[in-house]
Amino acid sequence: MDKMPKWADVILIPLISVLLALLASGAVVAFIGESPVEAMRIMIDGAFGSAYGWGYTLFYTTNFIFTGLAVAVAFHARMFNIGGEGQAALGGLGVAIMALYIPWPHWSLALIGCTIAAALFGAAWAAIPAYLQAKRGSHIVITTIMFNFIASALLVYLLVNVFRVEGSMAPETARFAEGTHLPSASTFAGFLGFRPSTPLNVSFFVALAACVAVWLLIWRTRLGYEIRAFGHSETAAVYAGISPVKITMIAMLISGALAGMMAINSVQGEAERLVIDYVQGAGFVGIAVALMGRSHPVGVLLAALLFGALYQGGAELEFEMPAISREMIVVIQALVILFTGALDNMVRMPMEKLFLSLRPRSE
Amino acid sequence: MDFITILQLLDSSIRLATPLLLACLAGLFSERAGIFDIGLEGKMLAAAFFSAAIAFTSGSVWVGLLTGVAASVALSGLHGLASITFRGNQLISGVAINFLAAGMTVVIAQTWFSQGGRTPALTGNARFEEIVLPGAASRIRDIAQQSPLGQIYSELISGHSILVYISLLIVPLSWWVLYRTRFGLRLRAVGENPAAVDTAGISVVGLRYAAVIICGVLCGLAGAYLATGLSAGFVKDMSAGRGFIALAALIFAKWRPWHALGACFLFGFLDAAGNRFQNIELLTFLSLTFLLLAAVSAIMLVIRAILLARGKDTARSLLTPGIALVVSVGLALGLDALDPDAGGIATYLNTFVLPVQFMQALPYILVVVILAGLVGKAIPPRAGGEPYVKER
Repeated sequence: MDKMPKWADVILIPLISVLLALLASGAVVAFIGESPVEAMRIMIDGAFGSAYGWGYTLFYTTNFIFTGLAVAVAFHARMFNIGGEGQAALGGLGVAIMALYIPWPHWSLALIGCTIAAALFGAAWAAIPAYLQAKRGSHIVITTIMFNFIASALLVYLLVNVFRVEGSMAPETARFAEGTHLPSASTFAGFLGFRPSTPLNVSFFVALAACVAVWLLIWRTRLGYEIRAFGHSETAAVYAGISPVKITMIAMLISGALAGMMAINSVQGEAERLVIDYVQGAGFVGIAVALMGRSHPVGVLLAALLFGALYQGGAELEFEMPAISREMIVVIQALVILFTGALDNMVRMPMEKLFLSLRPRSE
Repeated sequence: MDFITILQLLDSSIRLATPLLLACLAGLFSERAGIFDIGLEGKMLAAAFFSAAIAFTSGSVWVGLLTGVAASVALSGLHGLASITFRGNQLISGVAINFLAAGMTVVIAQTWFSQGGRTPALTGNARFEEIVLPGAASRIRDIAQQSPLGQIYSELISGHSILVYISLLIVPLSWWVLYRTRFGLRLRAVGENPAAVDTAGISVVGLRYAAVIICGVLCGLAGAYLATGLSAGFVKDMSAGRGFIALAALIFAKWRPWHALGACFLFGFLDAAGNRFQNIELLTFLSLTFLLLAAVSAIMLVIRAILLARGKDTARSLLTPGIALVVSVGLALGLDALDPDAGGIATYLNTFVLPVQFMQALPYILVVVILAGLVGKAIPPRAGGEPYVKER
């Protein structure tokens, strides 16, 4: 017997949790001595008030869709992939190699090539923790975190010693060739007021396609059914003939590939070269996005939009209110994870009681 | 490498192992009671910030320490609330606490001190000073003139801050509490079979909260040591993954206090070696590795010998660590004595230089190797990570 109608479970509870998280963030802002209402106004205006703001908001959203979907797919197999940060960094490496060493005639071909490279590199970086989890039972949370640190050291080494341009001090690769440059929003949606400098580019549509693909995979394929069955009950899945090793590996490889694909947006689409620490916490934001979106692609899309707005609005906020540092976003992100993930029952238990008491007694 | 260099390396290993050890013991109490804690990192970071900030404003390191511990315990309480009272996912709660600490410390530091998310440098009474034990020399020049035993005493044993000695005392204390007191028995039981503890009429919730609070206190000490002992002030993200390394050390130690000491010292040594040798030649690296192997086999030999003396082991089991000790000491000294300019294999090995990034990543790589189970199977407390539901 369901204690609550489905809409309450899917929409109402996440909404209340996010509101609680935002209220708590407001309290932090008030504690610092700034006005939460004013801060909110600056953030909303900064994120949605202009084509400039929208360009950045949707650019960040694209990143968070990829990393959010990555965490969500792993969640369906009841695995916690905190390694999105490292997998995305490796995805960047894949994009850089693809874009630097192959003379691409047209951006569309380059996009396909770079997407494949980003996905392969991200998946490869997830493969070792996945294998260790599947075969040796090593805790995937700790191994993926360690792989974040190792990825960061590896990329510093490669950017300083291998890819750095001769005579340049900056640890970054050369600029990618013209043929790899993705069309920005000003070319395909210039009528909406996007300027050529906007970071929003065609990878936004790749992210939307990824949402559809993940939905199809999880709810419309045999593999997706196996992933969900494994996530619900490992013993039942094994009894049904589903191999835990296979599902663990495949779910993590897809997860790593999605995280890696973030690079086509940030590295190929915006920076057009690989810089140090380009991920900037997007891998971690994916956790909050997946939790808030209930691991459903539509939820992930909406949550990614919220966090995209928070990131862009937060940048404006730092500019307008210097007392609030950029790390305020990390605080909001932590509170969203806390309220929608860990303290879920705090909201759920009273709501279940409420709905039970509203139910007619005659049943 | 001369004797004093090795001593200095071991000396900084002890310093760097201390925060790991405190965090590892913190995780030990929590996980033994069945509460997984990924949030050790965040608690250390929060304690590091508050201890440094309050030590700076009050001028007393002890007031800072208390505030740091209080901040860490507050986060522990939050973890307890999420994972015990509301039976939430303990991993997610831990991750949330890590981000909360990472963000909050910088946000508060920025509004408070306006120095880009750090506290001002601590001096004088706002820091833990190094304690010079009676009869020990403190200056390098004086130490160098002492006898080898005197050098060990002055360099290795003397000259640490009080928190180092406290953390070393907490190891036997934790062992005693866990294995020789009623509270410890119940704590271990609640991590293995909470239903049995509940049936005996003891509060599962109460015991788990107690464990989580102890975890908070120990993490608080670890964080305070980071900011006021090891360095002089708080900088952004200064815990640098130590909370996770402590968790790996805990698994390596198979949730036992004395083994935790060994595991944390190993990671401390790696950290110290990484700091000392920025770009290290392969030859030196190999020689260091064998030195470490020699130390490990020496410890194994001593443990086996103690067991033998108690009649719990056979003389044959002394053989393996004995041979390992002789071989690794021989190889370490032999490689060290090779002249890299003389040609042959030494020159060849010396052309390979391990980059600084590799040395920095080494502890993290070792964590993965250890978790891969290359060192034997680790079985966690049975009820770990599962919220306890009293009635179904």
